[in-house]
Amino acid sequence: MSVDRFPIEAGHIMIFARAIADPNPIYADPVYAAGTELGGVIAPPTFLRASAQFDPDWPLRPKIGEPWIGSGRTPTGVPRGDGGEEGTSLHAEQHFEYHRTVRAGDVLRATERPGRRWEKQGRRGGTLRFAETVIEFRDEEGGLAVTMRSVSVRTEQVVQVEEKEGQ
Amino acid sequence: MTLRAAEVEVGQTRELVVVEDLTRTQLVQYAGASGDYNPLHTDEVYATQVAGYPTVFAHGMLTMGMTGRLVTDWVGDGRLVRFGVRFGRQVWPGETLTARATIEGLREEDGDQLVDLVLTTINQAGDAVMTGYATARLDP
Repeated sequence: MSVDRFPIEAGHIMIFARAIADPNPIYADPVYAAGTELGGVIAPPTFLRASAQFDPDWPLRPKIGEPWIGSGRTPTGVPRGDGGEEGTSLHAEQHFEYHRTVRAGDVLRATERPGRRWEKQGRRGGTLRFAETVIEFRDEEGGLAVTMRSVSVRTEQVVQVEEKEGQ
Repeated sequence: MTLRAAEVEVGQTRELVVVEDLTRTQLVQYAGASGDYNPLHTDEVYATQVAGYPTVFAHGMLTMGMTGRLVTDWVGDGRLVRFGVRFGRQVWPGETLTARATIEGLREEDGDQLVDLVLTTINQAGDAVMTGYATARLDP
């Protein structure tokens, strides 16, 4: 995922904080936030995953005029065998390294570089294929704000409830 | 409020119930806020009939985000240096999650006083759904 322009907006932060059930007023109350040592609304620690909203090619968002994997008249708009991959891709690991605090008003650029890839045998899901991506978020001056590393795992079969490979 | 190095001891632990009876609507909220519209998390028909799961399940990032609240409530806002997790067991609607953070160490790096935390988030059965770590800058 690469995003040319990810504007960090106070309203988006408020909605995100509600979704993660975090009532900290530094995410939702600009007057309170202005009186803290940080001087304004900041982004919660995991907020930069929401950069997906600003990626025009993000695959996990329905797009106008294109088939969508989810249900409508039929259980999926993209039947398997039509190029859809078998198995399920799940989120295995997530790591953030913060070089500075991200604030409402920042405009960040996200640049992705591929990371490691490896395989292992799951207990039930067949071969598990792990893939790492590293995304650097830089501000308009080019300063590195956050480095985000994600690991996904693709299973060959549905992961059973008792399995422990990710979500 | 920011945590001060003088107040911190290795082994101190904090817990927070980050969600009680997780609703499908919260998964919809998180999908909308984050932009992760993977239907595994919000579309019961797709999750059961196409993907073969018993029902929809939570985004891993929702569990991480909710656990982040415990961490920032403790160390203070804008103090995190690192925060990372590994997702384990899936989280289903109706579950209650408790996040736990334990101070593992204190150290100095480049003139900053740092605290290292280990994190575990468990479900109502006591099983870990996510484990991780966080490092934060402290005031002296």
